[in-house]
Amino acid sequence: MAEKRKKNSDRRRPGADYVETVDAPDPVGRLSVKKTWKLYIGGAFVRSESGRYLQTADKQDNYARASRKDVRDAVKAAVAAQPGWAGRTAYNRGQILYRLAEVLEGRRDELIASLTLGGASDAAAEVDATIDRAVSYAGWTDKVHALLGTHNPVSGPHFGFSIPEPVGVVACVAPDRPALLGLVGAICPIIATGNTLVVLASELDPRTALVLAESLATSDVPGGVVNILTGSRDELAEHMAKHQGVRALDLWNIDGEAAKQLELLATENVKRVTRRLQPAEAWYDADECTSLTWLSSFLEIKTVWHPMGA
Amino acid sequence: MAIKLVEDGPETQSTHQRRRGERRLDFGTAWEYAPAPERPDHVRLRDRYGLFINGRWVSPESGKFFKTINPATEEPIAEIAEGSEADVERAVAAARQAYESVWSKMRPLERGKYVYRIARAIQERARELAVVESMDGGKPIKESRDFDVPTTAAHFFYNAGWADKLSYAFPGRAVRPLGVAGQIIPWNFPLLMAAWKIAPALACGNTVVLKPAETTPLTALLLAEIIREAELPPGVVNIVTGAGATGAALVNHPDVDKIAFTGSTAVGKLIQRALAGTGKRMTMELGGKAANIVFADAPLDQAVEGIINGIFFNQGHVCCAGSRLLVEEGIHDVLVAKLRDRMATLRVGDPLDKNTDIGAINSREQLERIEQLVQVGEDEGAERYTAPCPLPEKGFFFSPTIFTGVAQSHAIAREEIFGPVLSVLTFRTESEAVERANNTFYGLSAGIWSNKGARLFKLATQLEAGVVWANTYNKFDPSSAFGGYKESGFGREGGRHGLLPYLVVE
Repeated sequence: MAEKRKKNSDRRRPGADYVETVDAPDPVGRLSVKKTWKLYIGGAFVRSESGRYLQTADKQDNYARASRKDVRDAVKAAVAAQPGWAGRTAYNRGQILYRLAEVLEGRRDELIASLTLGGASDAAAEVDATIDRAVSYAGWTDKVHALLGTHNPVSGPHFGFSIPEPVGVVACVAPDRPALLGLVGAICPIIATGNTLVVLASELDPRTALVLAESLATSDVPGGVVNILTGSRDELAEHMAKHQGVRALDLWNIDGEAAKQLELLATENVKRVTRRLQPAEAWYDADECTSLTWLSSFLEIKTVWHPMGA
Repeated sequence: MAIKLVEDGPETQSTHQRRRGERRLDFGTAWEYAPAPERPDHVRLRDRYGLFINGRWVSPESGKFFKTINPATEEPIAEIAEGSEADVERAVAAARQAYESVWSKMRPLERGKYVYRIARAIQERARELAVVESMDGGKPIKESRDFDVPTTAAHFFYNAGWADKLSYAFPGRAVRPLGVAGQIIPWNFPLLMAAWKIAPALACGNTVVLKPAETTPLTALLLAEIIREAELPPGVVNIVTGAGATGAALVNHPDVDKIAFTGSTAVGKLIQRALAGTGKRMTMELGGKAANIVFADAPLDQAVEGIINGIFFNQGHVCCAGSRLLVEEGIHDVLVAKLRDRMATLRVGDPLDKNTDIGAINSREQLERIEQLVQVGEDEGAERYTAPCPLPEKGFFFSPTIFTGVAQSHAIAREEIFGPVLSVLTFRTESEAVERANNTFYGLSAGIWSNKGARLFKLATQLEAGVVWANTYNKFDPSSAFGGYKESGFGREGGRHGLLPYLVVE
């Protein structure tokens, strides 16, 4: 695939290694159509409002380099989609996540090709684990209440109960590797319970995140529930951490001074910050990565008191 | 427009509770319906079904078959194998083998993925399943289409998701499957009851032998087809059709680790007796005589809908049917008048007609039992009102009926009729309502209708019933436990609690 693309390429991109000569095209051959990889915001594929772009490491594709304004647009879309998403029944959200797994299975070859091009070591295993991850979270949507909700035997004539509710809009900085499994593994615990999110994709393989975006767009996940940005982590993470519409921040593999700066910015509106350092192979530990604690990071608990008497 | 607004004059005073001059909508005979039958031409049924054992269709050892009929036409639909002790033996052996060699060793998520496949296939074949359910059992197509089949899929879907999360269900304890579960299900919700039984059993890692009811085996056999198409390992689900003797063979089989039974309290007691001392686990979901309690402050029109649904849903063949209406004395006459008006709009007839509210009684035997208990009700002095619905000439049908002036001592207030027959009793105080509601051997469900939240929650804690519906009735969800107190059985199905009967908590 890579071979063919190169051969048929007739464009020179700024920033690419300068190529003196281009292979002469086969006069009776067919020229492949190249795709413009765009951001996924509010269910639509959009170029960065900044007009900037970056090139994939394999130099096969250009992709949009999101700006601060794109972050804001994405949060706006996530905010707009959140009540509707949370308002669906847990069963329906479960079916939609399962549908995502079905769609991913259908795009298995495309995902493997993209991951391979993006430098994944075992793309097939990663895609399989990713699909299974979505299936596992499909089963979580309607079960967190049974495990985190309580009836409270209060002293007095009241019927009390505490129930989990989504925190709202979450901003997530996904891990670089595994580019797909890490992304889906980070997205699922956030959206399963009714949150919506803005996620900044792997810098090492942003294209696969956009193949995922196409899977999301053709699954039943409503537009705006998952918004995927590509671009520079150093540039964008702070805007995600600062945004007042964001209620929780989910940071992967960010450490040291950078982590401290983001956590400081998060204090502005008391964001809940989850920050984990996880080596790539740890994402294959399904038990750990589908843990209830991963879901509860993005939940509030609401306690209700109701009188019980005449 | 055919609906008339009428003012009651002396000529309509037969409905004696109605206040003079009160206006109401008269639906009587004025509202004509064109037939709207669901066409069964897309349904592919075989003439004869064998037993589903070890992933294959096999003939019964005895060579005997019986007919399953359409209770709305009394015509045979298909021939069904009569499973004998030897067949049960084969099925249990297949289930044991599948348990030991595959199912208990499979990664939990993979197990769940098989169950998801079943859920999806049920959704894909929803219409076919709904039509067959209505043909074989007599329930209205609008119920099989909008309730039975979607809820069946939901149960598989819900339980599939537990497969890889069982360690959360009982925190701090390790869990493991039981082994082989024997499951016996009733004829009132044939496919749904199969789902309630099979879905949690499989998700928890057990294999099963299921015996459907004698009069309604077809959808369970279609489910066997689905299970085959979903490529479940052979022997994980086995379906052995037959009557009481087949069920008894399953109950008495020494290599079955657990019996799950849904059916009458009488048979439940027999099974509990048979299993006494064996150490086998069991769950029992048995009969009911639910109180549906209406307070004077209730939203009456909503209550009327809930009462109608509570007793006439599925021809009243519902273990949790609200068959005892307890009405606060002051609103008795008004409520009964409203109920009669509403009953006059119910359409009894062809289960496959999309307008039908009340379909066919499941069997001649059940129809006779209903007729007999209704006769006892009249003989004991309660006042009978039967809605003036025309009934089809063929098939087993019974018009919706209510009894007023029922005393606690009457048979129709104590015994489960399992038909479209409501007994109305009254109460004066809240504590009397609770006392009357609890004055039964049963304890499956209850309904409360009141505008006062504080009262709803108080009564909910005082009623001896496994399910309490407040200002609603007959609500079911895979995420919610269902099951009885007292002689309505033990164990729960649905929700986190529904897993426990299929697990050993170590």
